[in-house]
Amino acid sequence: MRRYSAFAIAREAMRHHLGWERAWKSPTPKAQYDVIIVGAGGHGLATAYYLGKNHGIRNVAVIEKGWLGGGNTGRNTTIIRSNYLQDPSAAIYEKARSLYETLSQDLNYNVMFSPRGVMMLAQTEHEIRGYQRTAHANALQGVATEFISPRRVKELCPIINIDGPRYPVLGALWQPRGGTARHDAVAWGYARACSDMGMDIIQQTEVTGVKREGGRVVGVETTKGYIGCSKLGIVVAGHSGVMAERAGFRLPIESVALQALVSEPIKPIMDVVVMANTVHGYMSQSDKGEMVIGGGADNYNNYTQRGSFQHVEETVRALIETFPIISRLKMLRWWGGIVDMTGDRSPIISKTPVDGVFVNCGWGTGGFKAIPGSGWAMAELMAKGHSPLADAFSLGRFREGRFIDESVAAGVAH
Amino acid sequence: MLTFQCPYCGVQACETELAAGGEAHLKRFGPGSSDEDFEGYLFLRPNVKGVHFERWRHAMGCGKWFLAARCTATLEVFGTYPAQTTEPPPEIIAAIKARRPDWSLS
Amino acid sequence: MSIRLSTGGRLIDRSRKIGFSFNGKQMMAHPGDTLASALMANGQMIMGRSFKYHRPRGVVASGAEEPNALVNLGKGKRHEPNQRATLTEVFDGLEATSQNHWPSLNWDIGEVNALFARLLPAGFYYKTFIHPRPFWKHVFEPFIRQSAGLGRAPDPRHSDPDRYEQFYAHADLVIAGGGIAGLQAALAAGRAGLKVILCEQSAQWGGRAPIDGVEIDGQPAADWVDAAVAELAQMPHVDLRLRLMAAGVYDHGYVIGYERLGDHAPGQDTPRHRLWRIRAGRIIAATGALERPLSFAGNDKPGVMLASAMRDYVVNWGVAPGARTVIVTNNDDAYRTALALVAAGLSVPCIVDARPEANGPLVQEARASGLRVLTGMGIASVKGLRGVVAVQLCAQDGAGEVLEDVVCDAVAMSGGWSPVVHLWSHCGGKLTWDAAGAFFRPDHARPPTDQKGQGFVICAGAADGALLADETMVNAAKSVGRVLAEHGKSGAAVPVAKAAAEAPMQPVWVMPAGAGVKKRAKMWLDFQNDVKVSDVQLAAREGYESVEHTKRYTTLGMATDQGKLSNINGLAVLAQALDEDIPRVGTTTFRPPYTPISMGAIAGEARGEIFQPLRRTPIHGWHEENGAHWEPVGHWRRPYCFPKKGESHRDAVNREIMATRNGVGLLDASTLGKIIVKGPDAGRFLDMLYTNMMSTLAPGKCRYGLMCSENGFLIDDGVVARLDAESFLVHTTTGGADRIHAHMEDWLQCEWWDWQVYTANVTEQWAQIAVVGPKARAVLEKLGADFDISAAGLPFMAWAEGKIGGFTARAFRISFSGELSFEIAVPAAQGRAFWEALLRAGVEFGITPYGTEALHVMRAEKGFIMIGDETDGTVIPQDLGLAWAISKKKGDYLGKRAQERSHMTDPTRWKLVGLETLDGSVLPDGSYAVADGVNANGQRNTQGRVTSTYFSPTLGRGIAMGLVLHGPDRMGEVLDFNTTKKDAKGEMRMIKARIVSPVFFDPAGEKQNV
Repeated sequence: MRRYSAFAIAREAMRHHLGWERAWKSPTPKAQYDVIIVGAGGHGLATAYYLGKNHGIRNVAVIEKGWLGGGNTGRNTTIIRSNYLQDPSAAIYEKARSLYETLSQDLNYNVMFSPRGVMMLAQTEHEIRGYQRTAHANALQGVATEFISPRRVKELCPIINIDGPRYPVLGALWQPRGGTARHDAVAWGYARACSDMGMDIIQQTEVTGVKREGGRVVGVETTKGYIGCSKLGIVVAGHSGVMAERAGFRLPIESVALQALVSEPIKPIMDVVVMANTVHGYMSQSDKGEMVIGGGADNYNNYTQRGSFQHVEETVRALIETFPIISRLKMLRWWGGIVDMTGDRSPIISKTPVDGVFVNCGWGTGGFKAIPGSGWAMAELMAKGHSPLADAFSLGRFREGRFIDESVAAGVAH
Repeated sequence: MLTFQCPYCGVQACETELAAGGEAHLKRFGPGSSDEDFEGYLFLRPNVKGVHFERWRHAMGCGKWFLAARCTATLEVFGTYPAQTTEPPPEIIAAIKARRPDWSLS
Repeated sequence: MSIRLSTGGRLIDRSRKIGFSFNGKQMMAHPGDTLASALMANGQMIMGRSFKYHRPRGVVASGAEEPNALVNLGKGKRHEPNQRATLTEVFDGLEATSQNHWPSLNWDIGEVNALFARLLPAGFYYKTFIHPRPFWKHVFEPFIRQSAGLGRAPDPRHSDPDRYEQFYAHADLVIAGGGIAGLQAALAAGRAGLKVILCEQSAQWGGRAPIDGVEIDGQPAADWVDAAVAELAQMPHVDLRLRLMAAGVYDHGYVIGYERLGDHAPGQDTPRHRLWRIRAGRIIAATGALERPLSFAGNDKPGVMLASAMRDYVVNWGVAPGARTVIVTNNDDAYRTALALVAAGLSVPCIVDARPEANGPLVQEARASGLRVLTGMGIASVKGLRGVVAVQLCAQDGAGEVLEDVVCDAVAMSGGWSPVVHLWSHCGGKLTWDAAGAFFRPDHARPPTDQKGQGFVICAGAADGALLADETMVNAAKSVGRVLAEHGKSGAAVPVAKAAAEAPMQPVWVMPAGAGVKKRAKMWLDFQNDVKVSDVQLAAREGYESVEHTKRYTTLGMATDQGKLSNINGLAVLAQALDEDIPRVGTTTFRPPYTPISMGAIAGEARGEIFQPLRRTPIHGWHEENGAHWEPVGHWRRPYCFPKKGESHRDAVNREIMATRNGVGLLDASTLGKIIVKGPDAGRFLDMLYTNMMSTLAPGKCRYGLMCSENGFLIDDGVVARLDAESFLVHTTTGGADRIHAHMEDWLQCEWWDWQVYTANVTEQWAQIAVVGPKARAVLEKLGADFDISAAGLPFMAWAEGKIGGFTARAFRISFSGELSFEIAVPAAQGRAFWEALLRAGVEFGITPYGTEALHVMRAEKGFIMIGDETDGTVIPQDLGLAWAISKKKGDYLGKRAQERSHMTDPTRWKLVGLETLDGSVLPDGSYAVADGVNANGQRNTQGRVTSTYFSPTLGRGIAMGLVLHGPDRMGEVLDFNTTKKDAKGEMRMIKARIVSPVFFDPAGEKQNV
């Protein structure tokens, strides 16, 4: 792989950029792989990448129904944070966040991780107590957060109205090393690195069936024919239920539509990410200048990638209340993605009833931030049979009643 | 922006006056049931991409719960019916089959 | 230079002049001008700067698709960025400034980017700025952020002074687009009696037909349009709206409309924007078509514009973008522009037609008027720095060898037309490639479907690919006919439209076809985002083969016009680069809104005080008048405390507690949920709902109970009073009233539907006031009760009703403070009067109103749990020492099975205890008790946490409740609780606290049971 750098650009510029090679190859599938990952989104590609990088497993195919990174990886609001309450969540999200810190260098692809700081506003007494609890938990989990005063909130984000007539800002949970990254670049960077390790990324190919022998996976049927494998990882957010059925088991998952929106681009007015859970909205400003806004999820099962308008309306209302100046901005575009919601709203990284089949799903509304950590843990689980980062997220927890419930800390999609 | 006809009050109700309640026709498992059955009842869902039987409440209207057969891929509604039933009534089955000849109640 | 012509301009009123300013310069316009036409009339061709290279940009279009002419509009509180000059109607006093440049529009330092354009190809930022690591956040990103963005944000010191509103409507048919197709559809539907909303995004009816010289039924299109509008205006069931855009289509026939009421006439007492929410039976998208640019080197220079836009400026506004205009085209329609320019007395040195032959009627007419038509030719380059001074011509099928220089000051280009299929696509309508017209049009076999599975959006006219006026009319009639047929009606006679016939166009994606790499790097696809033909080709070369990849890698189509001008051209270039057919490469998804709409309109009226509904108790007004410090609780607002002048909140809370503990306090408890559960099976039902037994409760008595979810977790608690044999009054938490009532109805209707039980949420029917403290009874006696309220007559956990001080009342002897307490419910309308009567009667006893914080402290002193503090959705009653409230006798209750799962019966679950700091200080909220070592993920081990923590004025020290590993078995043990503070050595500071009983005050209950 030819490395990317300013010098490489200068060199290619001399040749009018005709010399750039493909970022990833377009291979024909082999008959057999050690590992097949279904789903070339961020989580699937990261799983493949860490299988190769950490565990030396490189005979890997990543099979994608559409185009790599075309699902939720490219449809989210790109927020990265790890200020979670429960230990297992804080562990995996902080692992992810710390990997994001060096991901551009690691992949030789600028994913534009921008640790500009994430604040979650407290607008009720109850929320103050909740975030103070999170701050205490984070201190023990090695996650750098602090509870800050309304004055500090205003300093960090001058466009916030901290004296709103209904829900004045009473403080905030502040994670200075949280931030955003360029979502597409994360998928593309991992894909390029996987391809460079000799892995096959097979796009435009749907896995239509999972072949089992004696309760163990032996391969997959695809629209490009049968492909054998020793282990199979299902990493298909939004369609996990459909794939699980093909593999012969059910998941504690329902699929719903989640919406996001962006405004027209304006000159920089906001350097941090702000989440306001009481009024249900969150916002940041992209490097392009667009205000990137997260909306709410529908609560009915839906595979259409189209949500309902009232969520757009409620979110915009909430954000005008928090940031009055956006009233005179214009909404450029809104869109939806299909997200997996589990029984406790926490993800699943787990073995399954079928030997050799592993699932990574259920990231709900917040999967982007977890991509590197999720891939790291899933790769470890698939290579070694267990992973400290993944163990708490097993499927068994639903039978045992051992839930990982974050709703006390954050009641809003993100 | 879904609409359903409330089978109780007859109103063609917009989704904003309804509350969604998840999958319909779940059989309750209480004390004495196996861990497996209880987990299945509370959490495991077919999550079908296709015809889905589901619960809705006319929360901002007559307050009644009702059930609907709806396609989660196209959002077509095949019919609504009262909640006091353990399985989809024949006319709903017929309405689905009229539109989806290949479909069968699994 | 652009000028105002001395004649012409069908939309302007030449008899009047209005003044406006651009970048501080005063200019004149006529009523009817858009900002774009007015600027050109004043010789201002450059209107903005592009996004990436900061190249000077003039207007390229005349409508919503304009990517270049975006301005800051207004100032101060009414400043608004990114207004399209082409849609902005000029009014007297309008103030606009240009965007995205420094120091000025003409001299922008950012233009230096263009010099390095070769170093900044598509996606360059993914390949660089990688090292050194901190530089991205601290050096590169801030620089990119500053140079990106377009308009300036409004001033954050101001709130938006304008009003916005929302309309709700139902219609049989919504017709989007007021051109001849839309008008014809509306006439047919209106005559058939359908309820119709016809909306047009611009300020004029008629669309392109009146500009293009179309005749309808033998009269000029403009006359037919006037007559049609007049007829429609007479129909009461047809709603005609100008400046209303159908912004988005949602499932099941839902249309979001965006009406601009005040933008063109500020200062009137109207809302600025109005958001329409329409439920439509059917939607006809008569949204027309958009012209495509041609990709030749220098096609982004000010003075190069769409041929149709050029025609619009001449015909509609009497403005000539240039004196000498070269036309470049691949179709006949652009000849109309040539003819219009000539008719306006302007010079057209030549028409450059990329087709090898051109012989359509319009072409012949052009030739006949003496115009020079060059076929098989293209533009090799455009000369000029900040405008056009000449074009160089070449053969279209060559590599661009210059054959001739033509001096000109404007170029009108036409690459063909694309139907506006957005509304068709919003809900999943599919498209098909029309090879003849080189555009995507609706695939009628795969429409967006409604709740019945039927297609509900129908494209009509040009939006359906019927571009010529005669076809448009026929198509519109057919489209509306389908809607009428569904209503059992048929359409009327179809007017006959007549326009010059057109010979086939020929797709031209790159001009000239064999252009080399240097030329391709100067052919713009996306004018605003500076995406060129070479960028798309680079993306394809690097494997970004999907149109979604290319779009995201190059930012093609991601600008504020959302690809209206660039999508098809970009797609075609991508297809060529991949050697694929265009339809196989596909198209990107169209998302609402069609053009950007204001956030203000989306939010509507709901802002500030009425952002959300505010629930008020009957006593709310008194609290307000008496200086309550509010705490939002759900949609309610409850007094946190009642500080006196100069008193801190802390001191007020302490005063309220001491006054209550030593005398008598008064709490507005009206927000508590009150639900009647009635019927022969009411007791049986409550036994399922609560963990303890309710059916055995005697009438006249009260019992505390816990409710769990089916998943086992505690969801609510409260006191149940039995009213009579068949009736119970269930008290829930403030936040729980609606949720628990819904929970009850869910189980009653969907699981136990054969049980005879009714429920009614009567929360707001009653005001409830807690009279609390040793002197509570004395206050009531002073007020006078007509029933026995003595300790014997109305003991603890009993209730009675009668009159107190003349008020009809129910008195419940329940206590959340550990004091003698009467919770008294009176009809809501008498709540405030009763509250004031109690205050008067209590004067001599020092009666003191108290708020939620005093309530919380007093309950914590007594070790009572609070839902939301001791519980967080992960706690079961067994964790809280509440086993006494879980019936062992009952075979079933909601949550029972769940509580039998292995993790729920795990002896290592943390259990409720009291906590006392060794130094008497208050433990921090949410603090954790640390344990030795770290877990497998390197996180410090913990063994408990604080759930509630307060300063207790009663005890003069900090008290807390918490959940601790084996807590109840470890009384007296001292634990380390963490803080978020560090000591001098940088270590986390800890606070030592002892495990004690959670009941800190009056453990025997002697104070409440009197």
